[in-house]
Amino acid sequence: MARYRCPGCGYTYDEKLGNTHEGFPPGTPWSQVPEDWACADCAVRDKADFVKVEEDAPN
Amino acid sequence: MEKNVKNDAGFSMNPDAPGATAYRDDKRHWWWLPLFVAISPMVGIWIAHETGQQAWTWFTGFLWYVFLPIADAIVGRDTRNPPDAAVPSLETDGYYKFIVHASIPLFYITWIVAVWALATQDYSWVGYLGVSLGIALTNGLALVVGHEIGHKTDRTAKRLAQIVLAVPAYGHFSAEHNRGHHKDVATPDDPASSRFGESLYRFVLREIPGALGRAWHDEKVRLARGGRGALSVHNELLQSFAITALLYGTALALVGPMLIPFLLISTFWGWQFLSTSNYIEHYGLLRQKQADGRFERCRAEHSWNADHVVSNLMLYHLQRHSDHHARPTRQYQALRSDKAPELPSGYPLCFTLSYFPPLWRAVMDKKVLEVYGGDITRVNIDPRQRDRILAKYGAKPTPAAGA
Repeated sequence: MARYRCPGCGYTYDEKLGNTHEGFPPGTPWSQVPEDWACADCAVRDKADFVKVEEDAPN
Repeated sequence: MEKNVKNDAGFSMNPDAPGATAYRDDKRHWWWLPLFVAISPMVGIWIAHETGQQAWTWFTGFLWYVFLPIADAIVGRDTRNPPDAAVPSLETDGYYKFIVHASIPLFYITWIVAVWALATQDYSWVGYLGVSLGIALTNGLALVVGHEIGHKTDRTAKRLAQIVLAVPAYGHFSAEHNRGHHKDVATPDDPASSRFGESLYRFVLREIPGALGRAWHDEKVRLARGGRGALSVHNELLQSFAITALLYGTALALVGPMLIPFLLISTFWGWQFLSTSNYIEHYGLLRQKQADGRFERCRAEHSWNADHVVSNLMLYHLQRHSDHHARPTRQYQALRSDKAPELPSGYPLCFTLSYFPPLWRAVMDKKVLEVYGGDITRVNIDPRQRDRILAKYGAKPTPAAGA
């Protein structure tokens, strides 16, 4: 499960949590979020602008 | 010795305080002003009652159309911004949130008192129209409050936005504005961005139905993702409309048909307040198309900015619109005056200018061209007049980006 962050406002889409209000139940992979979807918080940046959050390597 | 010294950003900093975040916002206590405006129709009704002069019911109309333009001219502009180091604590200070939330019940109380006054005060047309116009303007302010809290990312704030937006009967605003207008702003696709050459009247007729249609469509898409139909109790537009129906329906049932002109005037003129704001906020401005076919992202130069102090206090810094669109989640008290095209005045005077389209265009068309270094092809032009306008400014006919 990966996370993707809006480079404008910092909103993070977490595949594990989804975004129920937007209609993406927990576990919805990023690939199933529509291409024309804009950031849920700011709508300034679109899905294509989102940056994958690099998780720290496990110890 | 005086401990607080003014720095060049206009904030009082205490040099003994740890870090650079201890400061005092000069506007802090002035943010109560819109709450006074929210109850101003009641003040007018009360003075009219005491003096027997119905002209006092025009108090709120006078405030917006006469007092604010004069106050803006006298007090002028303030381009100062909070220092970067102070912004995080400014944004999390609950005081600012509290005064916006505190205004919500006032819109209901003022609306109910106005209905009571119309039912009991035996007004002539002077009082009836004065009260209706006053509520139209507080409805406009309720839309500004709904706008501010509808942008917050927590569900409670979004619920409160639905509640306050029920008063002006504009429950679709949050869906329309956040998911629609902010995504499409300053492009030919946006019904809420006005185009070069488009009069206010033509814009209003395009924007009001266009905004409702887009909000309904987007809400339907959102509900469909969750496996629900549009006609559902989860439809946030219908939730807010239900509150409106309850409020207006109860008033009509109690007072009777004499209330109908009031409902029509206050509602439609309140919507006009929003539409006219939208009209002046992005007039002619255009996000250019990138090589990949997408529009460039929204930056400060895609909205008109106004730094006039008094009207900004009344409108929760809405006139610092350039920064708002570039960073929509920023709280009103922290909005900045950015490198952006400047309106000739605050919204109150711009409203009156835009009511007279030749006057508006005489002032604004050249300002739009200045933004684009005189290049008319980079402007968001009314498609009905595109060829004529391009010819007038000596450009070859070219298709509009994104059209």
